Amino acid sequence: MSSMMTRSISVLRKPPGRSRSILSSIWFALGLPFLLLVVWGIWATISPQKFFPGPIAIIQAFIETWVGPAFFADVLPSLARLGVGIVVSIAVGIVAGTVIGLVRWLRELLEPTLEFFRAVPPPVLVPILMLIFGPGDATRVLVILAGAVWPVLLNTIEGVRSTDSIMTETARSYALTPVQRLRYLVLPSASPRIMAGVRQSLSVALILMVISEMFNNSSGLGYRITYFQTNYLIAEMWSGILLLGLMGVLLAVIFGFVERRVLRWYHGIKEVERA
Amino acid sequence: MTTAPVAQPRIRSRRRPARGLRKLLLGVVGLLGFLGTWQLLPLLGVVDEQFLPPATTVLGQLATEVQDLEFWRNVGRTMTTWFLGLLIATLAAVVIGTIIGLVPYLRRLTHTTVEFLRPIPSVALIPLAILMFGFQMPAALLIVVYASFWQVFVQVLYGVADVDTVARDTAKSFGLTRASRFRNLVLPTALPYIMTGVRLGAAVALILTVTAELLIAVPGIGRVIVFARGAGDVPTVYVYIVVAGLLGLIVNLIFRLIERRVLSWHQSVRGEAIV
Repeated sequence: MSSMMTRSISVLRKPPGRSRSILSSIWFALGLPFLLLVVWGIWATISPQKFFPGPIAIIQAFIETWVGPAFFADVLPSLARLGVGIVVSIAVGIVAGTVIGLVRWLRELLEPTLEFFRAVPPPVLVPILMLIFGPGDATRVLVILAGAVWPVLLNTIEGVRSTDSIMTETARSYALTPVQRLRYLVLPSASPRIMAGVRQSLSVALILMVISEMFNNSSGLGYRITYFQTNYLIAEMWSGILLLGLMGVLLAVIFGFVERRVLRWYHGIKEVERA
Repeated sequence: MTTAPVAQPRIRSRRRPARGLRKLLLGVVGLLGFLGTWQLLPLLGVVDEQFLPPATTVLGQLATEVQDLEFWRNVGRTMTTWFLGLLIATLAAVVIGTIIGLVPYLRRLTHTTVEFLRPIPSVALIPLAILMFGFQMPAALLIVVYASFWQVFVQVLYGVADVDTVARDTAKSFGLTRASRFRNLVLPTALPYIMTGVRLGAAVALILTVTAELLIAVPGIGRVIVFARGAGDVPTVYVYIVVAGLLGLIVNLIFRLIERRVLSWHQSVRGEAIV
């Protein structure tokens, strides 16, 4: 309440003009990145660094390297493996997590084991998976799955478990079928936790995609970046880092969009509670 | 998270110890079941023993390795990198995060830059780390620091922004100095957030320490895995995977304990959100 009041007062004191507010939001959004790039560019031209080429050189290298056949040869397959890995991880995590979360003895049986698996840093599994299954595409998806499934799985278990007990009993007494209960009560009430798990999974999946490609002499983004580094193609290497950064941003944007849709009701409740 | 229901004071609570015992028993049974499956899979020939040695072989070798000083040196190397990385990241994140978080202007100015830099998967920086530092520990540190910095930084931003407006205004009108406001108001508010960030950062730091050892061959348990795999010594690979998992568990446990001690005064210790 009080926070709202102070906020509205400060708004009253300084009513910003429309054009000014657009300008200032552009300044806030792009000012610092632009400034940093300019500083970096000037610095790179004044005293050329061996390992830090200027932004213009990197962008040129970016266009030369990634726009064209390399996009189809390296970037798209990487993206495809990442996509499949993420989708399978989420599906497996939610299905298995719901089952485990709903059945108490199963949960108590599996929880310590799952905690251990979650604690294993996923990259150590890469060598062994490569050894067992060979360096194919399926193995790389498996690597992503082996790391990205845990956050979704454990958060789903936690979310399903903490379904409000009064609501569960209400649903029981209104004779909702198990399927209906799952659809209208359990999954929605677990969804904030599930989405938190998915968010963790995404970054793990991206890391594992890169690692799985850095490991064997093969193809893909991670391999290309390592290749550029070992051959001292510094600007090209930076362009690869830039591309991975863009993929990370893209994933975050997609996730933000999906999360807002899935959790619209939840954020609504939060708003009301805060007011 | 508010979805977590308040624990219902039920009649069942009298049977609490029995339920705790049951949970413990089931957990142990689950772990034994997992070890049994692991033991049987290669023995029955479902998986080639060459790729998956039986549990007794691996755990037996672990028991002998534990008596070897070299084993502890490797664990020590890994944990040193992990600790230094986490320490640097935490200090940097707390200082920078507090400054940016307390000045709304800076906060808005840095928003886009942070949102672009944060999702860059830190493994993308591995080639750069190799170029800058060679195959030494600082190369691993660069990656570890980069990855765990953002975990803590984001939490610090949230925490510093969470200061109650009434309390802040009160402190101001009571004429508290800037330093004392920081010490008595901002820090206690932000501390739970910082602890969450450090715990998340600790897990991430361990993952990337091991990754750096795997891919850059910085000394530590990751490098042992790579060497053992190259030598075709599969049991050793499994031994160190188990060790990595145990380290992950220990790190997790330690930080939960620290959190509980440091924040014993704070009510959030009862159940906290997984962000």
